[in-house]
Amino acid sequence: MSRLVAYLRSLAARFLHREETEDDLAAELESHIQHRADDLARSGLDRAAAERRARIEFGGRARFTDEARDAIAGGILETLIRDVRFSVRRLREAPSFTIAAIVTLAVAIGANAVVFSAVNGLMLRPMNLPHEESLYTLERADRAATESYPNYVDLRDRTRAFDGLAAYNPNQGWLAVGRGADAIRSWLFEVSGNYFDVIGVQPYLGRFFHASDEHGANSAPYVVLSYAYWQAHFQGDRTVVGRTVLLNRHPLSIIGVAPPGFRGTFLVLPADLFVPLVDQEEIDGTNLLNDRGNRWLTVLGHRKGTVTEAQALADLNAIAASLEKVHPKEDENLQLLLTRSSLGGDDFKDAVHGFLVAVMILAGLILLAACANLGSLFAARAADRSREIALRLALGAGSGRIMRQLFTEAVLIALVGGAVGLWASVLVLRWLAAWRPFTQYPAQLPIDPDARVYAVALLLSVASGLIFGAVPVRQVMRTDPYPVVKSGSPSSGRRRMSIRELLLGIQIAICAVLVTSSIVAVRGLSRSLRANLGVDPRNVLLVDTDLRMAGYSAEKAPAMQQRMIDAMTAVPGVTSVGLVGRFPPMHIGWEETNVFADDAVDFRASKAAALAIAYNVSTEYFHAAGTTLLAGRAFTVHDDSTAPRVAIINELFARKLYGSPSAAIGRLFKMRDGKSVQVVGLVEDGKYTAMLADAKAFAVFFPILQVPSSETWMVVRSPADPRQLSAVIRGKLRELDPGLPSFIETWTKEMGGALFAPRIAAVALGVLGLMGAIVAITGIFGAAAYSLSKRLKELGIRTALGAQRLDVIEAALGRAFRVLAIGSLVGLVLGVLASRVLAAIVYQATPRDPLVVGGAVVTMFVVGLVATWIPARRALSVGPLILLREE
Amino acid sequence: MAEQAQLLRGTLDLLILKAVALGPLHGYGILLRIAQISRGGLLVEQGALYPALFRLVRQGLLKARWGTSDNNRKAKYYELTALGSRRLQEETDSWKRLAAAMGFALAAQPEHS
Repeated sequence: MSRLVAYLRSLAARFLHREETEDDLAAELESHIQHRADDLARSGLDRAAAERRARIEFGGRARFTDEARDAIAGGILETLIRDVRFSVRRLREAPSFTIAAIVTLAVAIGANAVVFSAVNGLMLRPMNLPHEESLYTLERADRAATESYPNYVDLRDRTRAFDGLAAYNPNQGWLAVGRGADAIRSWLFEVSGNYFDVIGVQPYLGRFFHASDEHGANSAPYVVLSYAYWQAHFQGDRTVVGRTVLLNRHPLSIIGVAPPGFRGTFLVLPADLFVPLVDQEEIDGTNLLNDRGNRWLTVLGHRKGTVTEAQALADLNAIAASLEKVHPKEDENLQLLLTRSSLGGDDFKDAVHGFLVAVMILAGLILLAACANLGSLFAARAADRSREIALRLALGAGSGRIMRQLFTEAVLIALVGGAVGLWASVLVLRWLAAWRPFTQYPAQLPIDPDARVYAVALLLSVASGLIFGAVPVRQVMRTDPYPVVKSGSPSSGRRRMSIRELLLGIQIAICAVLVTSSIVAVRGLSRSLRANLGVDPRNVLLVDTDLRMAGYSAEKAPAMQQRMIDAMTAVPGVTSVGLVGRFPPMHIGWEETNVFADDAVDFRASKAAALAIAYNVSTEYFHAAGTTLLAGRAFTVHDDSTAPRVAIINELFARKLYGSPSAAIGRLFKMRDGKSVQVVGLVEDGKYTAMLADAKAFAVFFPILQVPSSETWMVVRSPADPRQLSAVIRGKLRELDPGLPSFIETWTKEMGGALFAPRIAAVALGVLGLMGAIVAITGIFGAAAYSLSKRLKELGIRTALGAQRLDVIEAALGRAFRVLAIGSLVGLVLGVLASRVLAAIVYQATPRDPLVVGGAVVTMFVVGLVATWIPARRALSVGPLILLREE
Repeated sequence: MAEQAQLLRGTLDLLILKAVALGPLHGYGILLRIAQISRGGLLVEQGALYPALFRLVRQGLLKARWGTSDNNRKAKYYELTALGSRRLQEETDSWKRLAAAMGFALAAQPEHS
């Protein structure tokens, strides 16, 4: 106890009276020397000689002062401060080294902070739901996280492993505050009655609906607003509870507002409204509540505390097995899995995770390259300081102290670099978090940095500081003071050079990997953009309308659609107008349908001949969309509900179904309901979704008169200015029906949303490649400049003896270039191998592309040229005069 | 001067405690006292004394105050704390045991010569 008190007192004294203790120490040592001198004087020496003798006898005063200071409590902190001050002074003396090191680290740490933020936001960070650790989403063994409503009800009622199961389906709708008011395009969650109770959230205002509010279809005309939506569209008015609003022209009463933090259970798509999914028919116009074969709901729930994950899964699959037995057609291969992801359980999540992991590895490589870079710079510096260090060792400084000094410098640089990098990454992240990649949906990236990101950045900084600070340690520890002090340069320099060159080579290899993969990504993307889309999106406006919103029944919709098409065709400058439902090609949503062989009798999904992307189109659609009809005929107005069913398919699909495209016309296939459809036309292949596998997608087009769709997009082709044209279109639609909401966008821009994922992947990889190149440039520059500075004398002699410019450059930078060449080659090979991984993320990423290999070689060559330009200039300017100036 | 032995690691602290136990002393006085009580047999590097002194103060075994020496100079005087004298006792005992054991061990004769 008293020891602690003494320590604390001493510590306090050190901090409160720093100058005082310093004086105290000096006074005490001086007093000692004077006493000794007194004794010596007494034995007959004169005073001056006695004092001199006393001082010599005392030994290394500075060293003992240091040691004494360390012995006093607080000495460690004090030493640290002294070390830091010393480091700052030393770093200031070499500003170009310091800046290069800080920039390198800022780039590396910044890249890692951004990437980790994304990983944190999309993979690690929970959605802040109550007891999220026990919240699971159900997914099928085929990775789709959707169930049909009847299946959901059976699972919910029969499971014993969960505290209730809830279901939701994100959808869009139009909310009008009152009759006549402008409808707001809103993102709504159709949820089961028990949704809020299962998740465990409490209302901010009013109440939520419950399972007890459901009494069959269309029985619960309630809506719950999200907090943000309430603030944005109702100005936080507390009297909204009880008010009636129109959702898709259907009256619902607002019963409550969700708490501020709660925006649904789908990470990238915050909900605006919550409505009971039993109202689906009234809100959506369709009723899937009794369709067991139609999977559209995401099911989630809290696992009971008394049940393990394996038991919960067994419980669910027991129910699934019995469902499969009762409903063999709809519930074929019903196998369930559990996931914790709030990204949905499908390939989207896998793609996001795969991409994030790949990018994280690349960002880690950048940091590694930066560490190798700084390690070699520090080794070079330590070699320069070997004389100073040797002297200090000879004068009795502990090697521990010198190590500490070196590490202080490294960690200091790492922390400053990390801080700069973090600052830059926060700017980037703020921009990304505020970014709305889709014009049409409120999707956002929840990747704002939090404490975890800051902690990781700090950790990475310190760790990398320790790593590159450790590089010169062995070299310093091995330093034998005497030869260094004598000759002025370390004797075993050759070997040290090669360690540095190895580090440089590693770093260049890593950078070449990054450059190669970024070129692969960018090239893949550009190729995908030039790839045949099967449509021509230029000069096309898409007009999204929803006739259900305007109160049109399924019977009245086709006539209205025809009037709309006629109205558009009448607009001057419009060359053609088509209609496509429910989504246009290259949209983020699409519909798929199973197609069966003509002789099929078994209509289970696994017996299907193919899964095709389906579109319902009007007669003029192919013309308006710019899709080439290769054979057969387009649809006519006679292909209506009274005529035999017909379809137009793409080439790939024709080849799949009938072996060759030419054989397709006139042939038959069957749909899930067993009805036969005749192929009357053949169109070119195209791209239909942003998914990667879609390169080999089958597509089937049905006449909209035979497969009616009230949710349609008009494809309006016109060379006119899109802004003026959309104003005209809006006016025309209002003339037809003032209550018809519409959303108008150019097709090119529309596609941007679908291409968002591959685009951002390519951009991210491109940026990482650029960062890799920056790190490579600073690394080569540092190494070349350093080796040049060591050889100025030699170069001066060479020039004096008449060496040619090329010889000088070869002598000065030959080694750096050789390292660059070898490193690049290794990196290129690794990069080509790594690109196989990229193929999973980026469109048509193939490293076996002469442009990729050539591009990477050229890039690395340019990197080398840029990095060695200044050192080469300097080498050429070396004249014999340098010999006189050196030393 | 008699032959001087290098100090074993860790023995300096014990010697300082012992020297100070006989009465408050300043640093130089401690050196003289050690030389005296070891009959000139132990060499203590002068400067090395101070880190040890500060360490002992930090550990609460010694306390220090400024005073005036016989030479009429300002000097810092060290004296034992209660903790210090307890430590001295323990260390002395253990040292004696060690010294005795070492003495026996090194005095042992080969059994057949």
